[in-house]
Amino acid sequence: MNVKSKEAYRKMMGRKYLFLLSILVAIFLTFILDIMTGPASLSAKEVISTIFFPAYSERSVQVIVWTFRLPVALMAVVTGITLGLAGANMQTILDNPLASPYTLGISAAAGFGAALAIVFGVGVLPFADTLFVPVNAFVFSLISCMAIYGIARFKRATSETIVLTGIAVLFLFDSLLALLEYTANPEQVQAIVFWLFGSLTKTTWTTLGITVGIVLLVIPLLAIDVWKLTALRLGDDKAKSLGVNVERMRLKGLILVSVLTSTAVAFVGTIGFIGLVAPHIARMLVGEDHRYFLPFSALSGAFILSTASVLSKVVVPGIIFPIGILTSLIGIPFFVWLLLSKKRGYW
Amino acid sequence: MKLEIKNLKFGYNSTPVLKSVNMVAEPMITAIIGPNAVGKSTLLKCICGILKAEGSIIFNGKDLKEYRKDEVIKAISYLPQESSTSAVMTVLEATMLGRINSLGWRINDEDLSASMDTLEKLGIEELAMRPMNELSGGQKQMVSIAQSIIRKPKVLLMDEPTNSLDLQRQLELFDVIQTITEDHGMTTVVALHDLNLAARYAGNVVLMNGGKVVASGSPASVITEAMIRKVYGVNARVTLDGEGIPQVIPINSTRKCRIKKAIMG
Repeated sequence: MNVKSKEAYRKMMGRKYLFLLSILVAIFLTFILDIMTGPASLSAKEVISTIFFPAYSERSVQVIVWTFRLPVALMAVVTGITLGLAGANMQTILDNPLASPYTLGISAAAGFGAALAIVFGVGVLPFADTLFVPVNAFVFSLISCMAIYGIARFKRATSETIVLTGIAVLFLFDSLLALLEYTANPEQVQAIVFWLFGSLTKTTWTTLGITVGIVLLVIPLLAIDVWKLTALRLGDDKAKSLGVNVERMRLKGLILVSVLTSTAVAFVGTIGFIGLVAPHIARMLVGEDHRYFLPFSALSGAFILSTASVLSKVVVPGIIFPIGILTSLIGIPFFVWLLLSKKRGYW
Repeated sequence: MKLEIKNLKFGYNSTPVLKSVNMVAEPMITAIIGPNAVGKSTLLKCICGILKAEGSIIFNGKDLKEYRKDEVIKAISYLPQESSTSAVMTVLEATMLGRINSLGWRINDEDLSASMDTLEKLGIEELAMRPMNELSGGQKQMVSIAQSIIRKPKVLLMDEPTNSLDLQRQLELFDVIQTITEDHGMTTVVALHDLNLAARYAGNVVLMNGGKVVASGSPASVITEAMIRKVYGVNARVTLDGEGIPQVIPINSTRKCRIKKAIMG
């Protein structure tokens, strides 16, 4: 290999690492800012010292940071990672730039499950008393995934089949949700609507732990397939000729996306847009070598949701604005700017 | 290495496409020719294992079914007809994917060198750092070819590789394929519509029609005026050049043009 090309390659890789480093720094800053903001403002110094040396902080600051704000700020980062990963994987396996976890109706199913619990006050799993809304959401999202999986398997799992099945599931659960809202009383409708907006404030260390655990479980399963996922972008026939079992990859990807999405939706509610936009940002900055594309999609998702979490507390002072609305409000202009500022076609 | 296909049958649902195909490909360029929809692409997909067919594919004296999957992937490389991709990656990264089985998290110098050498062989090294989505159709095709030949396969299957290439690139590409085939003793099977390219570069021409092989042999013995009239329904003049290579000049269709008939009544 000639020296010039080797240098150019190293320069390209250096640029990718620089982007990764930049976004890590940006996430760290929004994460600290997220803990600083709220009814009682804290300084960055107070936040950092309370996180690393809680014994030396005032009791009230300790409670604010460790009980209320740290789990929420971490949940914003982890849920962003979850949705970013799910969106990136979905766009690759379905070869569709419009694919996101929501395209498959997973969030609609989760929303219906939650609404069912809110209206009737009972969960699918009776032992999950305090968590019955998220558990119901989780169970219904898994039901929708299994339905899509079953139909896709029966029809040999082309990407078109999966997307169309997902759209059917989306309409089915949207209709069922509308039916439920129609029969519910005004208080119940209000509760359903608020849940559907998405909120990080319900986060506890337990829900955060479960979400982190699931993300840590899924990451290695995606990591072992980075080259196969990259090869999928060359088209099914080429990927098959390179030894990629395309059908199996698609089904595995679908299951992983389902697990990631249902976890996020179950604990935080429906937060759209991140699963769609984070992979696009990653694609524009680091391309589709999945060794970088997947981590960068995850980190882009984390950055957007963490920023949204900060803004949700400062947009209307004294009120925590629904985060699902903010993710779209922040993300769309940013996304449009990225699209317009690039001359190249990215799909 | 010799590739022998015996009694190969394949159909999509209940529609038979390959009806007992028998052919032999030696270490040289074998061109598969024939009109549209006679099963040329399907045959290549069956050979590389994308489609599961009935019958035997004997490679180096052993049925392909007896080889491990990774051995087959290493030995047989396939370039699909529609290889245009919207993938957002550089040409170098896309070329490296041809060595997918040896790639780890960290790209080593060997992978980089192999990719760059392949691009140089095809004369497209200046594209190495260009994003795939900025390339023309012809350039993308050259990258796909680089992907196919990077791991130096024993058998190279190419489905219409000259699609969207200009005349100069077509000839350059076949010069490269010929060189690689000869240097590595590779068995190259190319599905082609261009009879002149087939005649110029193939040592063996296999003519397919109706899901079967209807003729095979040297270009001069297969590409004849009578064959073109019978199989393609075209009157053509076939002359032999100084090297005995047939040159085809199409004259007209033997069938009345359906479009003309519809317009003129």
